Amino acid sequence: MSTVDATSSSQANGAPAPETGTARVKRGMAEMLKGGVIMDVVTPEQAKIAEDAGAVAVMALERVPADIRAQGGIARMSDPDMIEGIIGAVSIPVMAKARIGHFAEAQVLQSLGIDYIDESEVLTPADEAHHIDKWKFTVPFVCGATNLGEALRRIAEGAAMIRSKGEAGTGNVVEATRHMRSLKQGIRRLQGLPPEELFTEAKELQAPYDLVAEVAKAGKLPVVLFTAGGIATPADAAMMMQLGAEGVFVGSGIFKSGDPAKRDAAIVKATTFYDDPDVIAKVSRGLGEAMVGINVDTLPADQKYANRGW
Amino acid sequence: MVIGVLALQGDVREHVRALEESGATAKPVRRLSEIEAADGLVIPGGESTTLWKLAAAFELLDPVRKLIAGGMPAFGSCAGLIMLADQVADGAEGQQTFGGIDMTARRNAFGRQVDSFEREVLVGGAPFHAVFIRAPWVERAGPDVSVLGEDNGRIIAVRQGALLATAFHPELTPDRRIHELFVSMVKGSQ
Repeated sequence: MSTVDATSSSQANGAPAPETGTARVKRGMAEMLKGGVIMDVVTPEQAKIAEDAGAVAVMALERVPADIRAQGGIARMSDPDMIEGIIGAVSIPVMAKARIGHFAEAQVLQSLGIDYIDESEVLTPADEAHHIDKWKFTVPFVCGATNLGEALRRIAEGAAMIRSKGEAGTGNVVEATRHMRSLKQGIRRLQGLPPEELFTEAKELQAPYDLVAEVAKAGKLPVVLFTAGGIATPADAAMMMQLGAEGVFVGSGIFKSGDPAKRDAAIVKATTFYDDPDVIAKVSRGLGEAMVGINVDTLPADQKYANRGW
Repeated sequence: MVIGVLALQGDVREHVRALEESGATAKPVRRLSEIEAADGLVIPGGESTTLWKLAAAFELLDPVRKLIAGGMPAFGSCAGLIMLADQVADGAEGQQTFGGIDMTARRNAFGRQVDSFEREVLVGGAPFHAVFIRAPWVERAGPDVSVLGEDNGRIIAVRQGALLATAFHPELTPDRRIHELFVSMVKGSQ
């Protein structure tokens, strides 16, 4: 992978060479996003709205998940022109999605200067067996997970941040709730196991023993955990934060609603004051219409994005 | 003595832990009453535009400015450095800060995330392993500002009176000398 190293000239001074793309630098970037809201945007104008509303980052997409559902077809990495337009429009970090397993799309996104890559089940998977080897990249990756084993497999592949998958583009928070509870229950279960049982537990979780032991000891994932998939209201964000999310991705819920700028800002405030119902009540007033949404039970199995990835 | 870590957004938990490992009692603070009750304030790493928007939305900008001007010790890392700068270069349109340190901070001066790096730098003349993440640098430091650290000629750590700021994240590495310095500054202000 090529790295853009703005500081290499300093080696002439005898200073030690800067190390880019280290696990600490990749995971540290996610630590700086904590308590924040990352918003899906499809145009530079939407990116500006998100930045003005207080988003910590934007996710540059060609179509939001609700439109991918409605229009069908193969969903791919966005056009580089569109991504560059969004990078140029805002000063906050810009993320973008690559298809599961599509390392060449990830290489392109890294060369464009994207700050974080989402190896995302919202796009059509490009490999049915293997995710991207994320250790090979300088740019950090976030990946979706529905349970602890899946999260640890992604971390073993180099993911520097995990998010719940939820069910993107539905405006229905039920799947994100399921995944957040499952992740947290998995961690609590590990904490209660005696050390000799962690070996078999690692086998059950289909995850490396070292990561399993690390989580059992720390009581948390070694990387930041956000929530995503179906968050549409300030109360949705507050609920996810109370369930243990360290921050929130919002997608179709914003720009498929009546007043995106206002809803954006309200979700940002609700994520900070997630445990203060007075604040959530105040910011939830007069937001206009929420996105209509989809009942997940009525989705055919082949349209459930959460089943993508392994 | 209690040190508050501004908990609007960012790596609050890491600063709380670093302060406690440095012998202080620390807790996250979000409301003005909580900030006023603290003896010192840490502004964590995070996204400076988000910190500004949230501080404005919850009417903290002016009151915190007054607390800092009134002598409350404060330490900011990365976005926290920007929030303590009197001026910002390359900020978002209309971006505001708490200010207090007579300096100009240039946002994302070291580049985007692929340029983020770690390496040993000199702080107060001693080596310090520093982590820079989409980091700012100090473009201009006023006459009352002491430069504590530089990296390749760029100012990355400063102190002005009871205010301390680093462009890097000492809360992400185990070395506690910077947080110990801040804890001693807060004790000294009592």
